Amino acid sequence: MIEVIRHDIVIVGGGAAGLRAAIAAVEADPDVRVAMVSKVYPMRSHTVSAEGGAAAVARDDDSLEMHGFDTVKGSDFLGDQDVIQYFVEEAPKELTLLEHWGCPWSRNEDGSVATRAFGGMSTKRTWYAADKVGFHMLHTLFQHSMRFDRIIRYDEQFVTRLIVDGGAVRGVAALDVREGVVRLILGRAVILATGGAGKIFPFTTNGAIKTGDGMALAYREGVALKDMEFVQYHPTGLPGTGILITEATRGEGGHVINSEGERFLVTRDYGVGTKAELGPRDMISRAIVQEIEAGRGLSGPYGDHVHLDLRHLGEEKINARLPMVRELAKIYAGVDPVHQPIPIRPVVHYMMGGVDTDIEGATTIPGLYAAGEVACVSLNGANRLGSNSLTECLVFGARAARHAVGYAKGSDDGNEAACRSLGEEESARIAALRGKKKGGEKLARIRHDLNATMESGCGVYREQASMDDTARTVAQLKGRFADVALEDESAVFNTELTAALELSNMLDVAETLAVSAAHRHESRGAHTRKDHTSRDDQNFLYHTLCNFDPTGPRLSKKAVALGKWEPEERKY
Amino acid sequence: MSEKKTFRITRFDPDQDEAPRTQTYEIPVDPDWKVLDALNFIKDEIDGSLSHRWSCRMAVCGSCGMMVDGKPTLTCKKPLSEYGSEISVEPLANFPIVRDLVVELDGFMEKFESVKPWIIRAKERAVEEGTHRQSPAELEEFKQFSMCINCMLCYSACPVVANEPEFLGPAAIALGHRYNMDSRDEGAHERNEVFRGEGTVFSCSYANECSEVCPKHVDPAAAVNQAKINAVLDWATGFVVTRGKE
Repeated sequence: MIEVIRHDIVIVGGGAAGLRAAIAAVEADPDVRVAMVSKVYPMRSHTVSAEGGAAAVARDDDSLEMHGFDTVKGSDFLGDQDVIQYFVEEAPKELTLLEHWGCPWSRNEDGSVATRAFGGMSTKRTWYAADKVGFHMLHTLFQHSMRFDRIIRYDEQFVTRLIVDGGAVRGVAALDVREGVVRLILGRAVILATGGAGKIFPFTTNGAIKTGDGMALAYREGVALKDMEFVQYHPTGLPGTGILITEATRGEGGHVINSEGERFLVTRDYGVGTKAELGPRDMISRAIVQEIEAGRGLSGPYGDHVHLDLRHLGEEKINARLPMVRELAKIYAGVDPVHQPIPIRPVVHYMMGGVDTDIEGATTIPGLYAAGEVACVSLNGANRLGSNSLTECLVFGARAARHAVGYAKGSDDGNEAACRSLGEEESARIAALRGKKKGGEKLARIRHDLNATMESGCGVYREQASMDDTARTVAQLKGRFADVALEDESAVFNTELTAALELSNMLDVAETLAVSAAHRHESRGAHTRKDHTSRDDQNFLYHTLCNFDPTGPRLSKKAVALGKWEPEERKY
Repeated sequence: MSEKKTFRITRFDPDQDEAPRTQTYEIPVDPDWKVLDALNFIKDEIDGSLSHRWSCRMAVCGSCGMMVDGKPTLTCKKPLSEYGSEISVEPLANFPIVRDLVVELDGFMEKFESVKPWIIRAKERAVEEGTHRQSPAELEEFKQFSMCINCMLCYSACPVVANEPEFLGPAAIALGHRYNMDSRDEGAHERNEVFRGEGTVFSCSYANECSEVCPKHVDPAAAVNQAKINAVLDWATGFVVTRGKE
C-alpha cells in the first residue's frame, strides 16, 4: 500500500518562487499547511547562482511607467501588459519584504538600498547584494521560511507525476531519493516552482538540476507549454564551463571588446544605440556571434570568444561590487579581471517560455499553479530583461500562493481511492525503471546527442531546416531513451534512476521547444532566424501554445494582452 | 586528455554492503578539470551506479563537499592538477553515510534551524514603512558571516564535532551570530540563550580548522569567538537587569 501524506498546498521546488509561495501561503491563512517538496535541499536550488540583482523601482528619477515600458520593449512586445503592470507595482513591495527578512542588500552611504544599472533598464533600478544576489535571496527566503512550523519540508523528494483526478489536481507522486519509495503527497492545490530547463543545451549557465521537471509534469497532464521557442542566451558566459559572468559587470561599467580591442557595441550598429554594453541580452548575444563570424573573435581552447574588460574599473570597485566575478574568473578561467580581460561568449541562461498560466499563476487544470522560471505568465515575452526574473519569482510566487489558498478553501479532497490507484501505478512504473536493463546505450550518450541537436538547431541563430531537423532528432532520441541501459538496482540514493527521470523530462521539453520554434516564421526577441529576419506583427503577434498529443506536439495560438503600449520597432 | 589518474572512491550501498569499501577507477583527465569533473566522467562513462551530489559547479550551491585525499574539499572548486596520480575521494567525515559519497544532513539541518536564523523583532515592520536604514558599516558587521553556502566542510574538519556529534558546530553558530550582528535584528537575547546551552559555543576548542577549510572565507572560528563573548555579556546584562527589578 502506498503511503499517503496530506497537506493543504503542495509546492514543488524550493527556490525563490517556491519558498516565496510557501511563505505567502502560510501568511494568507492561519490554518493552511504547506508541503515544500524539492528534489534537493532548498539551499541548493539554482536561484543560488543568480548574481547581478533584482529589479524594482526605488529611485526618484524612476517610475512604474518606465519599468513597465522597459519590460514591454525588452519583451519585443510579446509580454502581456496587464501582467507587466501588476509586476512593476508589486516589485518594490516584494524587495522591501526581502529587506525586512534580512537580505543583505548593498547600501548607499545614507543607509538606503543601493541600485545599479542593468541591460535594457532606463535607469538604476536593480537592487543588489554585491554580485551574489540569488545566493542571498535564496538563503534569506529559506531561513525566513523556517519560522513557520506549517511549512513542512520534504527534501530530496523527486516528484515524478502530478495526481490529476476528477478534473482537478489532487497532489503529487514523489520518489524519496534516499529511501527509494514512492509516496503520495496530496493537497488541494499544487504549485510548480521547479525552475527552467537549461540543461537541454550543452553550454549553459544552469546547474545540473535544471532539467525542466515541472514543465514536463504539467505537459504530460495536458497543460500547454507556452512560448517555448524563446531561449535567452546570456552574452557573458565563461567558455568551456558556461559559468555565468553577471551583467552587473557591464552595469558597473565593463566593456565588451573584440580581437582588435574595439568596443563594437559602441562603434558598430547592433541596434543597441547609446545603451552600448547595457543593451538587452538578445541583441548583445547576437552582436557577439556576428563579431566572431566576421573574424573579430579570439580563439581559445574552448572555442571562439570575445573579451569582457573590467580593468578600468579598478581593484577596489571590482572587490566591492563584483567579488564573485573576480573569484569565478580566477578559478574557472585562470584570469584575474583586475589585470586581464575575461574571455566570454553567449551561453544558454533562461527559458522565457514555460507552463502556460494566467495572471494568477493558474493553469488550465483546476488547483494547479506555476510560478518562476517553470512558468510562462508572459512577463518576459520574447526576451527577458536582466534582473526581472528574481523579482518575478517573488511577485508571482506570492500571487499564485494566495490564489491557491483561496482555491483550496473552496475545493475538496477528491477521491482518495482513485488517487491511491494512480499512485500505485506510478510506484510500479518507477520500480520497473530502476535497474531495468543491463548493457546497452548509456544515458549520457543520449543526453549528449540531445544537447548537440538543441545547439545546432535552436541556438542564437536559427533556420527552418535546422529546426525541423532538431525536432525530428529529438523524436528519435525519445525512441532511443526507451531502450536506455539502467544498471543500478539499489533503492538508496539511486542517481542513475533520477538522471533517467530527468532526461525523460528534458526530452519532452526539448521537443516542444524545437517544434514551437520551427513554426514561428519571424524574428522576435531571442528567436532569431536567418530565413525570416524581421518581426511580423501581422502574422505572429501571438503566444505559441504547445500541447501534448500521443502523435506529437500540437500547436495553437493565444492572444497577447496588449495595452497602452502599441507595438513599435524595437530600437534603442 | 592523455594524462591518466587513479581514483580510489568510497562505495557503499546499504542494500548490499555491510561496510563502506573502496573502488578504484583509472581514467583519462583533462588538465582544466576540477575534482568534480572526474567524478562526473566516471558516472557518465564508466559506472552509472556511483552516487554523489552536485549541481551549480561554480562553488555556490554547496552540494559537492567530499573528503579528497583526506581533506574536506568543495570538489567543483578544487583543480585536479593540485593532486598526484592517485587520489582518494570519500564522503565528508563526521556525517553518517547514506550511499557512496552522499552523507546525511538531518542533524546539520536541525542545528541550523535551532539558532533561529531569521530576523526577530519586537514589532514587525510594515511594507508601507519601507526599508530599514542600514549603513555600509552596519552591513560590514555581519556580511562576512552571511556568506556561508552550507557545504558543511567545517563540520568535517572540526575536531569537536568528531568527538561530540551533538556540538552545534561552526556553520550554525556563525549563522546565529550573523543575525545577532544585523542592525535590523532584535533577537540576540533569544539566540544567546541557545548559545549558552550545552554543546554550543563554549564547547569550541579554538582549533580554527573550520576557518581553514571554509571555501567562502566566512571565518566561522571568528564568529564562534565573538559569539562566546556576546553570550557572556548578554548573560551578565540580563543578570544586572533581573537584580535591578527585585
